[in-house]
Amino acid sequence: MLTLECPYCGVKAEETELAPGYEAHLKRHGPGSTDEAFEAYMFARKNPKGVHFERWRHAYGCGKWFLAARDTATLEVFGTYPAQSSGPPAELIEKIKAKRPDWKGF
Amino acid sequence: MKRYSVFALAREALSYHMGWERAWRSPQPKAAYDAIIVGAGGHGLATAYYLGKNHGITNVAIIEKGWLGGGNTGRNTTIIRSNYLQDPSAAIYEKARSLYETMSQDLNYNVMFSPRGVMMLAQTHHEVRGYLRTAHANALQGVVTEFISPTRVKELCPILNIDGPRYPVLGALWQPRGGTGRHDAVAWGYARACSDMGMDIIQQCEVTGVRSEGGQVTGVETTKGFIGCKKMGIVVAGHSGQVADMAGFRLPVEAVALQALVSEPIKPCMDVVVMANTVHGYMSQSDKGEMVIGGGTDGFNNFTQRGSFHHIEETLRALIETFPMISRLKMLRQWGGIVDMTGDRSPIISKTPLGNCFINCGWGTGGFKAIPGSGWAMAELMAKGEPGPLAAEFNMWRFKEGRFIDESVAAGVAH
Repeated sequence: MLTLECPYCGVKAEETELAPGYEAHLKRHGPGSTDEAFEAYMFARKNPKGVHFERWRHAYGCGKWFLAARDTATLEVFGTYPAQSSGPPAELIEKIKAKRPDWKGF
Repeated sequence: MKRYSVFALAREALSYHMGWERAWRSPQPKAAYDAIIVGAGGHGLATAYYLGKNHGITNVAIIEKGWLGGGNTGRNTTIIRSNYLQDPSAAIYEKARSLYETMSQDLNYNVMFSPRGVMMLAQTHHEVRGYLRTAHANALQGVVTEFISPTRVKELCPILNIDGPRYPVLGALWQPRGGTGRHDAVAWGYARACSDMGMDIIQQCEVTGVRSEGGQVTGVETTKGFIGCKKMGIVVAGHSGQVADMAGFRLPVEAVALQALVSEPIKPCMDVVVMANTVHGYMSQSDKGEMVIGGGTDGFNNFTQRGSFHHIEETLRALIETFPMISRLKMLRQWGGIVDMTGDRSPIISKTPLGNCFINCGWGTGGFKAIPGSGWAMAELMAKGEPGPLAAEFNMWRFKEGRFIDESVAAGVAH
């Protein structure tokens, strides 16, 4: 079972305690943006076979959204970090690069 | 190709069944083909078959990373139905269902299509309204369905508990011509017919790159070397995004795991397919006697072909109220497939930014039932370069234009 550590309350939460929220760090587009940018925001997803950054909510715990880095091909979890981040923390990226030398980067 | 028949069976019996030929050839790839189809699952093989049968294009290679029909074609719950709400969906799924009816004769291969009837239970008032609407829509679309009463539900499926305390059965959407088929046989039958037309099915051959020049695909790099082509079709389900990435464009799909499981085999107790979408589970009985059970997808991106254990528990817990008799059944096997989900839960059969490259993907959780219709529409698109009436609405630009075929709202779940 997938286990993620909530960066807020520190609980190692099992999957049944969590609600998935798909891809993280999407750039929000709205009125005034081009059709292409809005379509990309709404529907285009990286959907990588490998390192993926995604949103999760500790639904049956503290209730807060957080972000996680996970490998979609092996289900390995690299780490979690707070949702108030514009990108993955540098040390997490270093950790992933050490484990996945072929990874193209965030 | 030697035809299969009762006489062939008798003839081969005389030589202890040692004389049967291989159902399809396993050739090495040629240097180039008129058309390459990536993915030898049901949809890819059906595309190749109708390219040959309907359009006379037989210099075709079907390239498969693993083994033929080893992906979602071998991992589904074999349900065939076409009771969709939206017109484009109903048209292509009904085409597929009607082709299933004659597929065994057409392919000279027994795909064991069993039109035993599919019922989708209405267990909330919202669902009653929804299915009444679908039944009316189906009447206009020429798809034979009807909304039936709980009494009739009980007659058709006596093991159903229609008076459950939480979700009583209030009625059902009944499609008498829906049913099940033998999933592997569909892939095998198409493969045999394609091979007979002179097409090359190349298994254990992974596409590692797509070569293009001036906006046209010239061929694919594979683990068995470069293979040239004049046209390319991508029909790879869960890995559509990866192959599209090689071709240099992005798709609005995400890959998630969908699971199914079977129980120990028991005596015949259920001769229809029952789907319970409110509690999110569906069940039918296979010819071997196993109860074949499916549920919902996992909620996160996943390429591992195995799903979360707690989803199995959720599905079974939900079904036990509706089918109390399964509470003591032992479950034998569980498996997962990687399905490619689009934003509106409808498929993509489309041209791409590359002029001679076409894509068929996004069937999500409902691919098996669509195999012949999907292949028919995709073959027309590949042969003519323009979509026919079945495929026109399913182009990949509908997301930009806001012309969704919104089956996620219409079907809710399990579709």
